[in-house]
Amino acid sequence: MNSIDRGQLLADLRAILPDHCLIDDRESQRPFECDGLPLYRELPLLVALPETVDEVQSVLRCCHRLAVPVVARGSGTGLCAGAMPHPEGVLLGLSKLNRILDIDPDARTARVQPGVSNLAISGAAAAHGLYYGPDPSSQIACSIGGNVAENAGGVHCLKYGLTVHNLLSMELLTVEGDRTSLGGTGLDSPGYDLMALLTGSEGLLGVVTEVTVKLLPTPEVARVIMAGFDSVRAAGDAVGAVIAAGIIPAGLEMMDALAIEAADEFANAGYPRDAQALLLCELDGTEQEVEHHIAAVQSVFTQCGASSMRVSADEAERQLLWKGRKSAFPAVGRMSPDYYCMDGTIPRSQVSHVLEEIARLSQHYQLRCANVFHAGDGNLHPLIMFDAGKPEEIARAERFGADILELSVAVGGCITGEHGVGLEKLAQMPSQFGEAELHQFEEIKTAFDPALTLNPGKGIPILKRCQEYRALPARHRHG
Amino acid sequence: MADALQALVEQVAGARRAGQTLRIRGGDSKVHMIGRDCHADRDLKLAGYHGVSDYQPRELVLSARAGTRISDLQLLLAERGQTLPFDPPAFAGSATLGGTLACNINGPGRPWLGSVRDAVLGVQLINGEGELLEFGGKVMKNVAGYDISRLQAGALGTLGAITEVHLKVLPLPEYSVTLAYDCSAEAALQQMAEKARQPKPLNGACWLDGRLYLRLAGAQQAVQHTAGIWGGEQVETPLWEQLRDLTHPFFDGEQPLWRLATNIHTPAEKAGAQCIDWGGSQRWLRSLPGTIPAGSHLALFAGGDRQSEVRGELDPVQQRLQLRLKQSMDPAGMLNPGRLYSWM
Ligand SMILES: Cc1cc2nc3c(=O)[nH]c(=O)nc-3n(C[C@H](O)[C@H](O)[C@H](O)COP(=O)(O)OP(=O)(O)OC[C@H]3O[C@@H](n4cnc5c(N)ncnc54)[C@H](O)[C@@H]3O)c2cc1C
Repeated sequence: MNSIDRGQLLADLRAILPDHCLIDDRESQRPFECDGLPLYRELPLLVALPETVDEVQSVLRCCHRLAVPVVARGSGTGLCAGAMPHPEGVLLGLSKLNRILDIDPDARTARVQPGVSNLAISGAAAAHGLYYGPDPSSQIACSIGGNVAENAGGVHCLKYGLTVHNLLSMELLTVEGDRTSLGGTGLDSPGYDLMALLTGSEGLLGVVTEVTVKLLPTPEVARVIMAGFDSVRAAGDAVGAVIAAGIIPAGLEMMDALAIEAADEFANAGYPRDAQALLLCELDGTEQEVEHHIAAVQSVFTQCGASSMRVSADEAERQLLWKGRKSAFPAVGRMSPDYYCMDGTIPRSQVSHVLEEIARLSQHYQLRCANVFHAGDGNLHPLIMFDAGKPEEIARAERFGADILELSVAVGGCITGEHGVGLEKLAQMPSQFGEAELHQFEEIKTAFDPALTLNPGKGIPILKRCQEYRALPARHRHG
Repeated sequence: MADALQALVEQVAGARRAGQTLRIRGGDSKVHMIGRDCHADRDLKLAGYHGVSDYQPRELVLSARAGTRISDLQLLLAERGQTLPFDPPAFAGSATLGGTLACNINGPGRPWLGSVRDAVLGVQLINGEGELLEFGGKVMKNVAGYDISRLQAGALGTLGAITEVHLKVLPLPEYSVTLAYDCSAEAALQQMAEKARQPKPLNGACWLDGRLYLRLAGAQQAVQHTAGIWGGEQVETPLWEQLRDLTHPFFDGEQPLWRLATNIHTPAEKAGAQCIDWGGSQRWLRSLPGTIPAGSHLALFAGGDRQSEVRGELDPVQQRLQLRLKQSMDPAGMLNPGRLYSWM
């Protein structure tokens, strides 16, 4: 990589941004050194925190002119080191673009800036009886721009879809700083569906500066059934049986014994501590529909041998039952100095097999692992517990994680369902894709970013451009 | 079937070597719609490459080869109480799965049930280099690499010849009712907005010939209860199938058929035949509309001059990105030349 003239860069950015929007000194840059996966840290040359889209555009133009790498950042809750800064580049924080521009109740849309938090959209829509569907557990903090970049999911995705299903249009800045808009007010737009391509592209193809999302009417009623099972297998079968009964629950989540213990300790939700697996099944819709489906799911769970069952009687009880699930990550965090969250997605029929294998690997690596996951979607979140103070344990946790991802691919699944590849899963990309597919990704990357300066070294392995390759930390070089 | 696939790959690779262009053909149900007329040196025929390769009702996942007929898929799914949620046209049995994805063509429930673009989980395709590639997979969520599967929706085969598709399927609704109301187009738009904001099992809203039709589908009690509140006349009507398959008399005749992708705020046309579908998001018109509101997209869906551009202009930035994207998958421009835009 050509060495970058930091002085020149600083001078040029100072001409664009007010002083309080540039962070130059190392100590003040620390909060930006990593995302939600602190195993990977790096300081950038500069942190830029523009307040307007015009400023974002000027920063991009400037970086393009000077051939400086740019890494976009939303709220930094990502779990794949996607927003980790580039040591030779600018970290472009979008958190100050945090205005909700418009809520249109008749068209059921919200037009927002990229730094708006996921939950704030539903908050603003609530006055109109509407909400935004995808609800990642990090929704208080994570930004809609980050959600778009990762194609974020949540516990309600089986019924309401992922981020990609809930977008109507977006404004984009290219790496050169050129502006364009994708999508439209209707459901079809001319030419290629660049919005689909941009969603989940991890900030590698452009910078999203505005998003219009679809809103949904808030259901009349939502109730959750909690069921305990004596084995993971029985719970896994129960998930398939609900689907086979023709019911698509609003959410269908599973936890194993260790996760039940951690979550209940944390949230006091009254989870069955003696169960080997727990299912949370939410049903929403009209009063009549929910009543009908609750009865149907109860009978399915009984037939599948549920050892205990509880149905939320009111909103407070529903919130309580979910609280354990939604705080499962921090709850597990309290059981161990550090945890490492994996994200493989597998066919539902493979759930018990894969969980048994994970238990075996846990023995092998001598590291505890709690499992919390989106059972309806087959999206696993094994939480590997370790101590980052012990370098040898970090290495073991990483090997354990890599084994889980490869196992997910081996049973017909993928290495990441919603958290993205980032820097973290780059080494596993070749286990999911062949060389020709990886090459095709690379061609698409260069179509949007010929000089490879947008979030370089993330998302897709760059096979032929070794310059890029060398920018990766040593342990991610594979040949 | 492995041999048939190999033969397809060989045809694309052979054409690439020979510098020839290819016209990709499925069931020929949409040759004269959606895209421009396409002229190429040779045909690449996908209709013979058909069959369901995997169907797991409990996983809600179906995989089928591109030439598989939509009508065959719907029959198979119905046996297990499931359906293609995007309700694509079968065009009298001729429509294929590959063509359906390439055209991103969807039924009247789209705003509520999604599109084939939304349902696709993975694809296998042959790119313009004659390489057989697989993206996505058979699982509900997959964010590794770029979403090249969804990118095929609406690309009209210009980025690759789709050979196999993995889809999310859904249970058939238990019960359905259509309510009809006599009203003006303006009143219908207002009703559509009002009804769609309510958390009720609405999954179709169309205005045609002075009548508003609302379709409710889901659990029987919920549908009946809502129908009781919403009033109107409960009708048995083939309307939804006719809208889906474009067999309603509205679509007859030689005049051009325009489609405006827009939202509920766009006023109804003052003159000329129109059909308002998708709860106001899709306007079928038999003449050019007076104005096109910002953010709306007009396309010449069928008929008219199909040598000209049939869809809206792109801004220069997007045109550049789209052209580069095309070149990244089909550098020689040999797949369905000119079908999407004259310059592509
Ligand atoms: C406790 C916890 C629970 C979580 N639960 C879930 C969950 O249930 N489901 C889920 O999907 N994820 C979950 N996540 C992961 C994370 O919250 C999501 O990936 C989220 O979408 C990231 O948003 P962010 O604003 O924090 O993005 P960041 O971490 O700041 O960035 C993520 C990526 O997006 C890019 N980016 C950010 N903004 C833009 C932009 N405007 N334009 C272009 N690129 C941009 C960055 O370059 C980076 O590659 C969880 C994380 C935590 C810590």
